[in-house]
Amino acid sequence: MKHTISVLVENKFGVLARVAGLFSARGYNIASLAVSETLDPCVSYMTIVVDAKDEKVLEQINKQLNKLIDVITVTDFTKKEHIDRELVLAKINYQPKDLPKLEAIFKKFVGKIVQHKADTAIVEAVGDQQQIKALLEELNKFGVKELIRTGKLAIE
Amino acid sequence: MKMTGSQILLECLKREGVEVVFGYPGGQILPTFDALYGYEGFKFILTRHEQGAAHAADGYARVTGKVGVCLATSGPGATNLVTGIANAYMDSIPMVAITGQVPTALIGNDAFQEADITGITRPVTKHNYLVKDIKDLARIVREAFYIASTGRPGPVLIDLPKDVQVTQAEFIWPDEIKLRSYNPKLSGHPGQIKRAAKMIMEAKKPVLYIGGGVILSGASFELLELAEKIGCPVTWTLMGIGAFPSKHKQSLGMLGMHGTAYANHSIMESDLIIALGARFDDRVTGRLDVFAPNAKVIHVDIDPSSISKNVHVDVPIVGDLKQVLIELLQEIKHSLEIDEWLKHVDALKKKYPMGHKDKGKILPQYVIQQIDEVTGGDAIICTEVGQHQMWAAQWFNYTKPRTFISSGGLGTMGFGFPASIGAKLGRPEKTVFNIAGDGSIQMNIQELGTCVANKINVKVAILNNGYLGMVRQWQELFYKRRYSYTPITSPDFVKLAESYGAVGIRVTKKEEVKPALERAIKTDNTVFIDFHVEEEENVFPMVPAGEAINNIIGGLA
Repeated sequence: MKHTISVLVENKFGVLARVAGLFSARGYNIASLAVSETLDPCVSYMTIVVDAKDEKVLEQINKQLNKLIDVITVTDFTKKEHIDRELVLAKINYQPKDLPKLEAIFKKFVGKIVQHKADTAIVEAVGDQQQIKALLEELNKFGVKELIRTGKLAIE
Repeated sequence: MKMTGSQILLECLKREGVEVVFGYPGGQILPTFDALYGYEGFKFILTRHEQGAAHAADGYARVTGKVGVCLATSGPGATNLVTGIANAYMDSIPMVAITGQVPTALIGNDAFQEADITGITRPVTKHNYLVKDIKDLARIVREAFYIASTGRPGPVLIDLPKDVQVTQAEFIWPDEIKLRSYNPKLSGHPGQIKRAAKMIMEAKKPVLYIGGGVILSGASFELLELAEKIGCPVTWTLMGIGAFPSKHKQSLGMLGMHGTAYANHSIMESDLIIALGARFDDRVTGRLDVFAPNAKVIHVDIDPSSISKNVHVDVPIVGDLKQVLIELLQEIKHSLEIDEWLKHVDALKKKYPMGHKDKGKILPQYVIQQIDEVTGGDAIICTEVGQHQMWAAQWFNYTKPRTFISSGGLGTMGFGFPASIGAKLGRPEKTVFNIAGDGSIQMNIQELGTCVANKINVKVAILNNGYLGMVRQWQELFYKRRYSYTPITSPDFVKLAESYGAVGIRVTKKEEVKPALERAIKTDNTVFIDFHVEEEENVFPMVPAGEAINNIIGGLA
């Protein structure tokens, strides 16, 4: 099962390696990872989606993260109310006649057509997991050539 | 006053109370060695290999409880420390390792003798630092000592580029340490302690299972008080040896793979395991799904990640053992009704006694017993890793903490000899023995040079059986006696010791064992005693790896 955790860390060099290394050393798989500075530039915020086979593994991940000296807090969103978002950029097959159809999609989803050329369009969209999933189903009808996702961001 | 980075480093070490640093010079740490020239703030011991320096610092830390310090150059000097650092990490030993690094401008350039040592040691240190700015140096050294010695102790590495060592800066000693993300929890949760006390008072078949955490926390006295208040049997891990007097009537000895049969049977039959500073390692639990099936578990540990990692815990208590035990003692209001259990455990002790059978040649167990007798049990026993280590754990009566110095978690052959150097420097008034096998001693034998040059008087008892004995034992038992690369040759240890300026004694007969030990102890020099012991003696009892720990082979050999 996928779990979303956030980790507040001291913004020092090597901290990402410490966190990532902890996952690899113990054989835990990171599904997605997003890192950036917070309001306080000394602190970074990581949102990590991890595949944990059971609660016990998740508990260990939590405890091991807390053991790292540079980790300030760890929040497990699994049982917490939270807002999560992800940004996707997709390059899709496109013909000018498709424009109305595509525009109709973006009436339902938060996003836009960033660029369209003779045979491809680039679209961006923001949403939670379900919205992104639903959008991708729509876009698949056009044919998706390339898909890039930021990984999940989550906030309490 | 302005000082160079190297001078600041030495001043910080002195202020941290460092008595001795073990190390080896090299190109990128030259400025620091220049500052060490004639320096009298602490003792410096030149080892013959950086690995020896790391293990010596570790041994020093284990006997004193203080932070051990080692110093090496960049690249190969630093990588040679890695085994020693990993060893300290696995056994939670406070250590600060300082390495030289190529100048900051060259980092990442594949410069001569460059290694990304902070990257390499990240998984085997509690924390590590690359000092990029001289202004951070004093703070980093303070933090390193603080982190190494508090909470669950462990090694911290400081990587110090050459240019930072020579840069001058104002020396400012940070009065306090500010680490918002590191606050080890010391006192246990009062509610949990009450629950634990209630569970203890209601138990019918309790066992105290103690680990190295008791020693690290300095909680032996409180443990004895608790054990006597509860009245239950006490068993310990390899790392817990010495935390509880082994001759105490409640003592069961060590448990696990080479533990006593009665310790293993007792814990399997118990209804309550009170785990103190132990981590339910696989060498202790054996097959997990059948481990102590009827037991509830109380687990006290300073590291929350040790709790419920391997075994489900009913009452977890995170905190420093000494404090938690003081609090727990107050909550245990009445004695326990466990007479039947104690009778049963006594019967187990009689049914499965420890023993060995004479076979003509010197038995390795006998040598250990004689060391116990000759020293009156008052010695520091270091070991390498293998059969001799298990015999040293089984056949010497340890009565005090910090007297059994052994590589538990990592199982590092070559640890014992350099560790004994650190042990002797930490406790110069004590007789220090390193019990070794003929295989292990050859892994860091170069430290004979360190001993003789610095007049470090340690006694090395080599249980020489011509084999890498522990692996041979497994090959005998589980690989149809196919002794694949386990017969091993050795130099003439007597001549070797003599060529270094130490003393060598060879012992081939049982009746020579005691006189040889007595002579070694009287000798004011490092002594190698080469005991030619029974070649194919096995360590028993033994639980095969992955089996339930009451599935014991051997017993009386």
